[in-house]
Amino acid sequence: MRVLRSFLRFVSGSARIVLRGNSLYWSWIALLVTLIFVGARAYAHQLSTGLLATSMRDQVSWAFYIGNFTFLVGVAAAAVLLVIPAYVYEWKPIKEVVILGELLAISAIVMAALFVLVDVGRPDRLWHLIPGLGLLNVPASMLAWDVVVLNGYLVLNVVIVTWLLFTLVRGRHPAKAIFTPLVLFSIPAAIGIHTVTAFIYSGLSARPFWHSAILAPRFIASAFCSGPAVLLVLMQLLRKYTRFEIQDLAIWKVAELMAYSMGFNLFLFGAEVFTEYYAHTEHLVHMRYMFTGVEGHTEIVPFMWASFGCSVVAFVLFLIPRTRRHWVTLNLGCLLIYSGVYLEKGMGLVIPGLTPDTLGEIYEYGPSRGEWQVAIGIFAIGFLLFTLMVKVATPIMLGEFRVGARVASDAAPRPAGAH
Amino acid sequence: MSGDTRGALDCEAVDTTGCGRPGAGEGTVSRRDFLCAMAGCIAAATTAGCGEFTHTPFFRKHLRELSKEEIARILAELGKELSEQYGKPVTVGIDAARPGVQFAYALDLSRCVGCRRCVKACVKENNQGRDPAIEWIRVLEMDKDKGIDFEHANPYYEAEQVPRPGHFYMPVACQHCRDAPCVKSCPTGATWAEKDGIVVIDYDWCIGCRCCMAACPYGARRFNWTEPKVPAADVNPQMHYLGNRPRPKGVVEKCTFCVHRVRAGRYPACVEVCPVGARKFGNLNDPNSEVRYVLENKRVFVLKNELSTRPRFYYFYGI
Amino acid sequence: MLLFLAVALVVALAALAGCSRAPAEELFAAGGVPEAPGSTLQVNVPPPPFSDGVFPCSSCHDPELKVNTKQRKLKVAHQEIELKHGTEARWCLDCHDPADRDQLHLASGEKIPFEESYRLCGQCHGEKFRDWRAGVHGRRTGNWDGEKQYLLCVHCHNSHAPRFAPIKPESAPVPPRRTESPAGGAER
Repeated sequence: MRVLRSFLRFVSGSARIVLRGNSLYWSWIALLVTLIFVGARAYAHQLSTGLLATSMRDQVSWAFYIGNFTFLVGVAAAAVLLVIPAYVYEWKPIKEVVILGELLAISAIVMAALFVLVDVGRPDRLWHLIPGLGLLNVPASMLAWDVVVLNGYLVLNVVIVTWLLFTLVRGRHPAKAIFTPLVLFSIPAAIGIHTVTAFIYSGLSARPFWHSAILAPRFIASAFCSGPAVLLVLMQLLRKYTRFEIQDLAIWKVAELMAYSMGFNLFLFGAEVFTEYYAHTEHLVHMRYMFTGVEGHTEIVPFMWASFGCSVVAFVLFLIPRTRRHWVTLNLGCLLIYSGVYLEKGMGLVIPGLTPDTLGEIYEYGPSRGEWQVAIGIFAIGFLLFTLMVKVATPIMLGEFRVGARVASDAAPRPAGAH
Repeated sequence: MSGDTRGALDCEAVDTTGCGRPGAGEGTVSRRDFLCAMAGCIAAATTAGCGEFTHTPFFRKHLRELSKEEIARILAELGKELSEQYGKPVTVGIDAARPGVQFAYALDLSRCVGCRRCVKACVKENNQGRDPAIEWIRVLEMDKDKGIDFEHANPYYEAEQVPRPGHFYMPVACQHCRDAPCVKSCPTGATWAEKDGIVVIDYDWCIGCRCCMAACPYGARRFNWTEPKVPAADVNPQMHYLGNRPRPKGVVEKCTFCVHRVRAGRYPACVEVCPVGARKFGNLNDPNSEVRYVLENKRVFVLKNELSTRPRFYYFYGI
Repeated sequence: MLLFLAVALVVALAALAGCSRAPAEELFAAGGVPEAPGSTLQVNVPPPPFSDGVFPCSSCHDPELKVNTKQRKLKVAHQEIELKHGTEARWCLDCHDPADRDQLHLASGEKIPFEESYRLCGQCHGEKFRDWRAGVHGRRTGNWDGEKQYLLCVHCHNSHAPRFAPIKPESAPVPPRRTESPAGGAER
């Protein structure tokens, strides 16, 4: 009963925290809510018209939405992988930011799930995926497995985060015997979700561009680069605007890990390029579509080269300690690495895999206006969720928000300049 | 909560033992009482109405989990609904696979002239959407000197006359693979291979994720990107639940070997309409069937053999 | 006899209407039932299509008259027939019986009625004949597990110029197109 009462106070205290903020905060919220409305309106149109409102057609039947889904699963996986240095190597400077990684993972999974929701032709039938109620085709279907692992991962993260925050908010520390194994379990879980997502693609013999053993390692490598980029920016913002203390060393270490990860990603990419171009079989056409265009179809070529350029520059910026430690180049690197991987996982994976199609036809896909709007709406939902969670988590982590028999449940007043 | 004692929705009759608090006072309904009573009402309504709900399309279970009676009821309702919609008597059957039958198809590449009459006959026979136009069969025009080369194939050829010199024609539709990648990839089990080999889709179970379309090596599947439109005058009223009944928006469809015809013993529409007799269909288990003759006497091959999908659709050269 | 001819003519005209010396376009009703010699195969095949007002040939070709069997270009009649069927090696009388123009003849000299013209075709085109009897050459309609409708060779092939003429194809599929429209607006 006391726990329930504390929990209710935790919830009401959190509500009070998110409803309190300065004009910058509220402008941000207002922007996100507006974008959510834009997305919702576009999705309503898509629901009534059908997916014809997108630019997807039979020839390119997966595109922007699924590309975003894939990218976001990577972000979710990588965010949690900060756990490795913190817990496996007992690296203290990173420990306090693990929870931020988990919050990012939750937001990313929610966004990924929303992208699947808007992509399916019959969202009213998604209950068919629930084993027992519906029919989940395991072990054969990789997509079915992805449903299992992504939901499991979401639950895992929500449980860890809720439990951690609820424990901290009551002024206690989570029992290591339970907490540490849970957190450690999230490491293989994170690798698992992105590997299963990769298997959805690499298991398809019909699509030679995807049907490669290297796809799963590439997914992990590129995920490691993209997810932490968001966290790096966030950590800098947090320590500037709150009393959160994050050592430079933590930030630089993460950036260094990202550099190695990008290096490995580029190596795997190079291996793919060699394999295709050297033997130049029929399957080369997909890579040619990316980098030089095929039969005059060159729409995605500039984006692919941009992606490659961003990735290489970011790699260099993160590799060289001086540029890694300089705040301008560090943040530039974050932006570049995020953009590079975003383009690679979205356009650079889904579209060339389906273009030309299995019978050699080329349909040049580009997202429709409706798709852009829905995607922006979903990202806004994710950002909003992340903002609200971080807004609650930060004072808890800093000890400023406590509930209990004796302690008031309101957050302490913020220093000037903070949200 | 008027005291009316009719039916299962009589909330006052619902036992709220343990919910009511003694001394709650006459005429007042405490918050707890109300919540408990509502829960009771909902429970009663659900159990009473449950049988009704499971037959609406939204709650319908997977076809293979439905009983014979439920299926019969669904077909009757569907037939009635479609008859009203199209203004002509429509029957929806669900003929099962015949025991001992293994269908196969053989297409004579030396004969196909690329006239596309099979494409159009299929559209009419199977009630494919006209706007946007869905065509299950795709005829690829290829160069004789390049051979079977999908990269240089052209399904959009327009000509005054076919065959055009230097070209040959290859129609492609669902290959009804024995080891179908689409069946493997479907997360809800909405598509499967029947005992006679036809790969079917339960249009009321498909969630429209299009994993099967990514998985199909032959580009055989079509998605209903919007509500398909078939003019009432053109509707083929002999329908099969897993075949040519009109599909809803947001689900995948494809060639079904004209399941409504072949399970009644007839040839598929494409076989009958082909003016040059390039298409052959039959039961592989019958030693006297045309398809057995083709497999035993002609040079046959399958598309994308290296993928080991083991299609039931064979191509051969009659000359 | 006259009634039979009339019926045959009507059917032939109907057949001809459908099979305009290009590949057969329509289904045929069941008609005569020829069998291959020595085979118990019973098939439903419509009667052969005859050109308008030509049969019976003996109405012009008096069997009593002497026949010029020299291969030549015809000048008096049948000039409209363009023979494009192995002209290096054969001409009209290699198939049409010189003595009885109402029949055809095999290489052995055996006379066969027009209803059995497939036997004549089968002499040279043995593989196609075998395939046709198995149902693999040429069009069949009906039931894969029951009654089928065949066609004779001559229903699709003009015996004087058997190669199919090209035909006009049906319309091409519609290529996929993006529907760029503002959200909330009507699509294409």
